[in-house]
Amino acid sequence: MKRIVYREWRIPPARYWGILGILAAVVGLGGLAALYLEHEGHWVTGMSNSVVWGVPHVFAVFLILAASGAINVASVGTVFNKGAYLPLGRLSGLLAVALLIGGLLILVLDLGRPDRLLVAMTHYNFRSIFAWNIYLYTGFVVLVIAYLWSMADRMGAPFKQSIGVLAFVWRLALTTATGSIFGFLVARQAFDTAFLAPMFVIMSLAYGLAIFLLVLIFSCAQDARPIGDLLLQRLKNLLGVFVAAVLYFTLVYYLTKLYGAKNYDLVGWVLLRGGIYSFTAWVGWVLLGTLVPLGIIWHPVLGRDRRWIVAACALVILGGFAALYVILIGSQVYPLQIFPGHTVVASGVVDGLRAGVAHYHPSVPEVLLGLGGVAVALVITAVGVRVLQFLPESLADPEASAPVGSGALRRFSIDEISPG
Amino acid sequence: MMKHPPEGIDQGRRALLGVAVGVTTAVVAPGLVLHAAALPSAAPPGAQRSGPVTDRVRWGLLIDTSKCAEGCRACVDACDRENGLDLQTRPAGQSGRAWADQKAVWIRKVKLADDLTGRVTNLPMMCQHCEHPPCVDVCPTGASFKRADGIVLVDRHTCIGCRYCMMACPYQARSFIHEVTHDQLTRVPRGKGCVESCNLCVSRRDQGAPSTACADACADAGHHAIVFGDLKDPRSAISQALTGLPNRQLREDLELNTGVRYAGV
Repeated sequence: MKRIVYREWRIPPARYWGILGILAAVVGLGGLAALYLEHEGHWVTGMSNSVVWGVPHVFAVFLILAASGAINVASVGTVFNKGAYLPLGRLSGLLAVALLIGGLLILVLDLGRPDRLLVAMTHYNFRSIFAWNIYLYTGFVVLVIAYLWSMADRMGAPFKQSIGVLAFVWRLALTTATGSIFGFLVARQAFDTAFLAPMFVIMSLAYGLAIFLLVLIFSCAQDARPIGDLLLQRLKNLLGVFVAAVLYFTLVYYLTKLYGAKNYDLVGWVLLRGGIYSFTAWVGWVLLGTLVPLGIIWHPVLGRDRRWIVAACALVILGGFAALYVILIGSQVYPLQIFPGHTVVASGVVDGLRAGVAHYHPSVPEVLLGLGGVAVALVITAVGVRVLQFLPESLADPEASAPVGSGALRRFSIDEISPG
Repeated sequence: MMKHPPEGIDQGRRALLGVAVGVTTAVVAPGLVLHAAALPSAAPPGAQRSGPVTDRVRWGLLIDTSKCAEGCRACVDACDRENGLDLQTRPAGQSGRAWADQKAVWIRKVKLADDLTGRVTNLPMMCQHCEHPPCVDVCPTGASFKRADGIVLVDRHTCIGCRYCMMACPYQARSFIHEVTHDQLTRVPRGKGCVESCNLCVSRRDQGAPSTACADACADAGHHAIVFGDLKDPRSAISQALTGLPNRQLREDLELNTGVRYAGV
């Protein structure tokens, strides 16, 4: 039997408040950006009638994907009975809720009428996957909070397995529905494929785990809590599998698109002639976001170095943003094919705008709004681990684990588990 | 033991009841009279609509591209005037290029060249008023809706400005109001943060007017490239023109059964 002692994050107050201060400043800037958008309207953004969803949506979708991926660590422990992952369950749940709230805040504050949130809560069109998502997102938060309760409270322990299974199924539904937001768009060539739903599930696993690893390594390092090499190797290898799976799905996504002659031009544009979008796809998504981190993760020497593992996680996150930038924005910039076999000479609006490839340049308020959402997620996480017992006192490997009980004088909770 | 009713009558209570009945009558009666006046049977045919919209009609347009003249903007200008879109002002500090793709455009002139032959075609593009509109399917609040008479509209009271409908529209027919609106027409209320598009001059429909602003302007310019009418009435001008003229829907592959048809493209 191994006892897991959870303890609040006890870094020096000055450092804690410093971290919180920086995050609060970013949240504040994001809030100001949202107010500016609300006051002026969306003309201050790079978004237009052609590119209707911009950088805020890239941030929001990334955070929502990462949220459903972050809970995966808890699922591996509870649903798939991998004992080594059990001590990570609480942090996994906290991060999942925090990331989802951050993402949803961005989505809501980017609405043309954020003041009508109540309308969105009271008027539903259930043919819309958006309407379903409102339930899936709020349900996910409720379910993960219940999951956390079952993990932290002895009274909840009997329900842990069943809540864990439900949370796992729910997160699959949530990410499938998030992918379907785009997959159901028959109008746009780059979307219009059910393949996006499983692809988003795979992406969520990679991005969620990368963020989880960064938060875990940082918070443990700050509080001098050990993380066993064995555990880190397991997590890192799992990240490698997920990143490789994203690469596979990326490949199949474009290959299936290429199967239809009508999409030759689209794929050619995204991958070769799309300027910043082609560059982002190859350099951001494939090279820096996939191949380099895979090289690090499976390198015999670098793969054992924590700093390199951190670098690999950061690159996976960067690659995630690049991938979503190409998928979300590139797909809108590419013109709608309303007249196959014809060239649009003039659009009647401004030649070169609606006639051809659209323009999109993200503005500062958009980026700040997105960063504000990320900061909200991190504030929730930082406050959570500080005031509640989310982090295990030690994640040392079993054979090298320090004797438990050093925190006997402190307030702590203990879970007794059998090694999986 | 049986109780006896009180002797005498409470005059005060009677007076109060009398006043209450009188006040209620005074308040309700005018409403009833107005409601009676507004009953469908009271409205002569072709006059202002007073009953609910029915699916006995389906409004639509036929665009005969062979008659659509290059360089002519009569339909676009008429639409702008009809719906107050000419009152839009570019926000101070916004570039002309960005504003061109941010301002509301309900109808636009498109010039096409056939990739094989080089043949040039001109046509106006607007909301295609699909029988199965993707914008209506995806709208989370139901703000995008289709009227019984086939007109696809946005309820500006429940539109939250998520723009999912714009992502879903295969025709890029919808516009988002990106800026604060300073001036607008009473019949076409507009406000920052909502989505809008061609509504087949819905206020004209409700007034019983025979055509749309774009069709009228095209006829006035002598082109007659736009025919408006009831697709369900075999005697209507549009039905007869559709019978005689080979025509098609844009993005027929999506099987949306559009209410706007094109000839010669």
